[in-house]
Amino acid sequence: MNTLLSQSINLFAVVLLVLAFAMIAQRRILTLIHLFTLQGAALAAATLIVGYLTGQHHLYFSAVLTFVLKVILIPILLHRVIRRLNVRWDVETLFNIPTTMLIGIVLVIFAFNLAAPIAGLSTSIARGTLGIALACVLLSFLMMIVRAKAVPQVIGFLSMENGLFFAATAATSGMPMIVELGIAFDVLVGILILGVFMFQIREQFDSLDIRHLEKLKED
Amino acid sequence: MDPLLLVLATPLLGGVLLALWGDRERAGELNAAMSLLTLAASVWLTVIVVRDGPLMVWGEWFFVDPLNVFLVTLTAFVGFTTSLFSRPYMRIERDHGKMTPGRMRLFHSMYQLFNGMMLVALTTNNLGILWVAMEAATLTTVLLVSVYRTAASLEAAWKYFILCGVGIAQALFGTILLYLAAERAIGGGEGALLWTHLAQSKHLLDPGTLSLAFVFLLLGYGTKVGLVPVHNWLPDAHAEGPTPISAVLSGLLLNVALYALLRCKVLADGALANGLPGRMMIGFGLVTVVVAAFFLSRQRDVKRMFAYSSIEHMGLMTFAFGLGGPIANFAGLLHMTVHALVKSAIFFAVGHAAQKAGSQAMEDIRGLLKVNPTVGWGLMLGSLAILGMPPFGVFASEFLVLTTAMREAPWATPFLLVALGVAFAAIFGRVQPMVFGETSLRPLAHPPALLPVFVHLGLALMLGLYVPPYLEGWYRQAAQMIGG
Repeated sequence: MNTLLSQSINLFAVVLLVLAFAMIAQRRILTLIHLFTLQGAALAAATLIVGYLTGQHHLYFSAVLTFVLKVILIPILLHRVIRRLNVRWDVETLFNIPTTMLIGIVLVIFAFNLAAPIAGLSTSIARGTLGIALACVLLSFLMMIVRAKAVPQVIGFLSMENGLFFAATAATSGMPMIVELGIAFDVLVGILILGVFMFQIREQFDSLDIRHLEKLKED
Repeated sequence: MDPLLLVLATPLLGGVLLALWGDRERAGELNAAMSLLTLAASVWLTVIVVRDGPLMVWGEWFFVDPLNVFLVTLTAFVGFTTSLFSRPYMRIERDHGKMTPGRMRLFHSMYQLFNGMMLVALTTNNLGILWVAMEAATLTTVLLVSVYRTAASLEAAWKYFILCGVGIAQALFGTILLYLAAERAIGGGEGALLWTHLAQSKHLLDPGTLSLAFVFLLLGYGTKVGLVPVHNWLPDAHAEGPTPISAVLSGLLLNVALYALLRCKVLADGALANGLPGRMMIGFGLVTVVVAAFFLSRQRDVKRMFAYSSIEHMGLMTFAFGLGGPIANFAGLLHMTVHALVKSAIFFAVGHAAQKAGSQAMEDIRGLLKVNPTVGWGLMLGSLAILGMPPFGVFASEFLVLTTAMREAPWATPFLLVALGVAFAAIFGRVQPMVFGETSLRPLAHPPALLPVFVHLGLALMLGLYVPPYLEGWYRQAAQMIGG
């Protein structure tokens, strides 16, 4: 039973990684939010299992926090924002998806190499997944670079936060509770501010294209 | 009554009160009063720390030692003088129609919360909470940068949020790695992120993990410090936000980020014992100084120019702390103090000058001495001070950094001298016509509060001529804390 569960941590880690790749290639904003919700659910499930296997009960709390924040609150907020901004059915044109994917694969290899010596030191049962967590962070980073619209950039940012939370669970037995609460609070406030912001950008430029935000250049 | 409680609770309470009343006629006074109370409490805290030594408050949650109490006082002081400056400044902005009542409430409330978050970041003993407070301090200022809702200010705020968010996410990863190392060395749980525990057993931390953690922490907090190549948000946020915010961003937030980096450097130094963190800071610092000096010479917007000057000086401080040793650390701390004082004074003067001209472009600002001599002199003296002219404190700290660099890293000195020279030529050449010459500018509707400018410059002058013995002892103690 327990080996099955510890295997399932790896399974969920792989789900996180696959979802990170899927987000890079996804052009529809609505589907992107669904993918993000799924990623949050996978993260919560992985945290729950690590908590059960290690007997670290504060991880249950952390899993519930992740679930409430990343599967319920933030997706609801994002859905409201895209409905009110009328970008629900928007499709973004992405160039060179294959190239981006190849860069993504290079990033994953790099992340595994970087994490391997450190993961060896960890005593956590999920230490093998530290590489995946770092890869998720780097892939979300890549997504933020290649996207030109505000909502996908924000989702990239949130997905990076997912990767970081997963790193904290995978490598250590979760950060101290107070720190996790603080981080969750920051993420929530951040997303609220970004919501306000998107309306301001829309009001100013009649579009959510970040390319409008490239005027302040050095001359 | 606990002085630390007062230091931390006053700005948070102020944030709540001003969220309700921030648009009243007397809101500016209330803002200044809350900041004065914070300053008084932090002076009280300083007196206690100087008398009794380092202090552990409320279990082990907060920790006050000579290093952070000095920054707490500096933060509270500049926070107070900036609130004095912002009173007439924001009133003029309101009369120009740039600030609605809602925006005034936002400004005042967030100003207090921003100060509060910086003070939490400075005094907390938990490196995780330090991260949370740094991020919260950024969040409070994002909406202030875009408060004018112009296209440029929205762009600046978006960049500020995204770049700092990504940067600080790297710092979080660094913190997680640090926690991983600590878990092995001293066991997990709440204690493993407490700085005092980590500092005691820093030599037990795994060197491999710590070097990777420090790379992430340097990049992450370095984004906030404004180190090249992750500095892009800084000039935009400084130029497009309201001037009081530019003053506190430059004078205070950058210092707090550098403080976070220093705390982490102490741990990495202890674990690695090969001087790698110092060398990395020297490298980043030097590149920052040189790149910023050359960008600085190409600016047309006055606030952008001084923002680049902030990047340059933060680079110099990073370089100094990277050199390490008692003299360089002392110089770095002194430079933190005088830079915060002088740069905020310059932003005060520049803010009023730009209000008069109705533009931040330097070619539109002319002949300040004729219309408003105090603004003109403030800008002129401030620029001389920031360029490191002899009687001011910046000269003393830059001189110490340069002489140490000649001994420890002689190859770096030519780069530093060229960069300082380029910055001198650029700023001096631009400021002169702004101050002297003919003008068609009109006086301001409300008398500007320029006392803070001259108080700051006076203090910087004093630190250049004479560092009082108790202050010197304090700097020495603090320099020792970061491994001098």
